[in-house]
Amino acid sequence: MKLSEILSHDAIISQLCSDTRDGAIQELLEVLLAADQLSSQGYRQILQALLEREANGSTGFGKGVAVPHCQHRAVKKTALAIGRSTKGLDFNALDKAPVYSVLLLLSPANDHDRHLQAMELVFGNLQRPGFRNALRQASSPKAVLELIAGTEGSEAN
Amino acid sequence: MTQETSADRREITKQVKIPNSLGLHARPAMQLVDLANRFEASLQIAKGNQLVDAKSIMQVMTLAATQGTKLTLSATGPDATQALAAMAELIAEGFGEE
Repeated sequence: MKLSEILSHDAIISQLCSDTRDGAIQELLEVLLAADQLSSQGYRQILQALLEREANGSTGFGKGVAVPHCQHRAVKKTALAIGRSTKGLDFNALDKAPVYSVLLLLSPANDHDRHLQAMELVFGNLQRPGFRNALRQASSPKAVLELIAGTEGSEAN
Repeated sequence: MTQETSADRREITKQVKIPNSLGLHARPAMQLVDLANRFEASLQIAKGNQLVDAKSIMQVMTLAATQGTKLTLSATGPDATQALAAMAELIAEGFGEE
């Protein structure tokens, strides 16, 4: 699995309109719905599951990034959406710092192992300060895709 | 001032296996990191050749430890033994999951 396989151009928001956690999650879920990554019937349930997850424990893992995530049967295949906030969002993050990059990850309900692989992929990049900084500065979907292609080396298409 | 003894510097290890069906996903990873941070000892988790800091959520999330994955916990420091026992117990209980 590669990031470029689960992230499409349409699923990158270079400037989130919303300045709240819930609003940002909803915006990102809407672009995945528009990109046909989930069924419209599942949309409400997934949104609710994502927000409940945040209420039970923030996915703001610190250092300006948050990774809301959910496994759900309405999800067709593992899909990532990335949103950037220049102002910073209050995710009640572990380090209490504002979140500038939100990576929303959805996986089908049945495959826990593949979900963990996707998380590994996301965090493998996020734990590098260089990647986090570049993501925070990437001001267009193209810049995000180029950053990811760069991390994947010459194999990336 | 505390005096460091040779016992403080000795690394101890413990093998564990992930029992719950969802594996080491975000919630259990955070439980484990929270627990690790309560100890003074330096704590690491290895999966094969991959070695991560047990006190860093970002690093622990890169383990992708699925059900049945074998991990090696290692600890160095004054409360190393207690830390490993507590971490191994949390893992053995499947983080309160099935």
